[in-house]
Amino acid sequence: MALWLYVARRLAVLVPTLFFVSVLIFSLQQLLPGDAAVALAGEEHDPTVVAAIRARYHLDRPLPVQYGLWLGRVLVGDFGESLRNRIPVRELLASKLPVTVELALCSMLIALVIGIPTGILSATRKGTAVDVVANFFALSGLSVPHFWLGIMLILLFAVRLGWLPASGYVPPWEDLRQNLTTILLPSFVLGTGVAGVIMRHTRSAMLQTLGADYVRTARAKSVPERLVVLKHALRNALIPIITLGAIEFGRLLSGAVLTEQVFAIPGFGKLLVDGVFNRDYAVVQAVVLVSASLYVLLNLGADVLYFLANPRLRGST
Amino acid sequence: MSLSPAAVLGTPAVPATRRYKAARQLARRPAAMAALAVVLGFIVVAVAAPHLAPYDPNAIDYRALRKAPSAAHFLGTDEVGRDVLSRLLWGARASLLAGVVPVTIAVALSVPLGLLSGSVGGWVDGLIMRVNDAMLSIPFLIVAIALAAFLGPGLGNAMIAIGIAALPTFVRLVRGTVLAIKTEEYVEAAQALGCSGPRVAVRHILPNTLPPLFVQVSITVAAAIIAEASLSFLGLGQQPPAPSWGSMLNAAQRYLSQAPWMALYPGLMIFGIVMALNVLGDGLRDVLDPRHQ
Repeated sequence: MALWLYVARRLAVLVPTLFFVSVLIFSLQQLLPGDAAVALAGEEHDPTVVAAIRARYHLDRPLPVQYGLWLGRVLVGDFGESLRNRIPVRELLASKLPVTVELALCSMLIALVIGIPTGILSATRKGTAVDVVANFFALSGLSVPHFWLGIMLILLFAVRLGWLPASGYVPPWEDLRQNLTTILLPSFVLGTGVAGVIMRHTRSAMLQTLGADYVRTARAKSVPERLVVLKHALRNALIPIITLGAIEFGRLLSGAVLTEQVFAIPGFGKLLVDGVFNRDYAVVQAVVLVSASLYVLLNLGADVLYFLANPRLRGST
Repeated sequence: MSLSPAAVLGTPAVPATRRYKAARQLARRPAAMAALAVVLGFIVVAVAAPHLAPYDPNAIDYRALRKAPSAAHFLGTDEVGRDVLSRLLWGARASLLAGVVPVTIAVALSVPLGLLSGSVGGWVDGLIMRVNDAMLSIPFLIVAIALAAFLGPGLGNAMIAIGIAALPTFVRLVRGTVLAIKTEEYVEAAQALGCSGPRVAVRHILPNTLPPLFVQVSITVAAAIIAEASLSFLGLGQQPPAPSWGSMLNAAQRYLSQAPWMALYPGLMIFGIVMALNVLGDGLRDVLDPRHQ
């Protein structure tokens, strides 16, 4: 199958998915108790103000019409403005997204550096103490509440040892060194969870490839064991790990909510939480919609990578 | 030869024997058994909290503000002099509820939806799966936070939010299992014998969706406990002064340098129970999923 045909087929499924995502997110505001126009009016209960707000936000129109108008605006990138500071939500998203992307990239780097070598070690020494310890740490990474790990690391490295700042964020273009010191702990916290997932998948993928016939042939030809593991087995085991990495990256972009909160990093997650507390529902809807869209697109990216890396799929019709 | 109750009731006999075999296999795994003991211990603690807690979890004592662990207070006291151990024990109740209620909501809604989607097919399946895919594409915690925000703070709403957030994974799992089982010979035999569609679904397909469901339940209970702690940490779950491990961590953050014990123990509790549930989930998957055997 040609790549474009594959992508077109996946996009055909993606469009209705995103349509339903938008319906779900729009429906969220229907859950709000009371009259949205009265809530928006705040302290003033002046009927003329409430009526003006109702007309301005089309709250007097039927729900499907309201949805259509909302979707029309969202599709051109108009998410409305923040109730709190009257800044367009689009600008808020644009300023917060790079912070979260940097955090996700650093976390992914840490996850790969820990996860892949540990997975290989665990697979090549299956059943030994090394394997048991590696598995224990992988499962710990998956089980530990990240916000608690963050608090504990702040306690150790910031409060007790004073090596790293407890919280805050400095953009890399202002001071790269400061930027790296502020991003290190939160990246480690997020990276450990992903490292657990990557380690477990690397281990099982390596166990499969290490048992394959071509690996046995390579060993029979007296290829050094290091080459067998790194060249013959790992190269093929990497295919599922690359796709998993893309999916996990999507999760990291939206999964940093509490970590950003604990470390006071002004990213996407903090924007969501602040939006929740300020009852800034336009912000909440926009963050959820953008997170879901990014997640869906990165999943598509993962599928395309898998397709490109897997000759059998390319050969099939 | 005596017939098993399952055979008499007309349920396929295979799952019953597979169940006993799986239980025996699980019992031979020390890690899974240790994890099961931790989970049972956690349930006992949550249920018996009023009898185990040395103090009233909400009793404020201004003479004992942020006292380090001592003989009087084994795990110290918090910012208003409440006993940390008593609050931890009572907090287990919120976590147990948060583990059980959302998963019950998710299973109760997903089993009929998944059965319907997988058995009927066609546009019903298409519609259910598109909505399901849409829900799956929004990350679990974000769905929970957004729903809890719109429903309003409180443990009840947080549990509903977590239950709904967990729903799509279960729907997909049940539907997938139904599709795999639908073509099995015993299902075709039941259809050939004239069993009605709903009867085939409930009597013959449903029991076979249970093994993968058990595995997913143990993993989701763990995720739900973390989600409740996260929502309570943000102030969207259990409301003060009622104890919850998440809200205890929220308060602890402000007193990290003066009273680190306030942050240490609630996190260790969450970590312990979630780790145990994940180990148990791994064990269950190994014995129930043929691909892992």
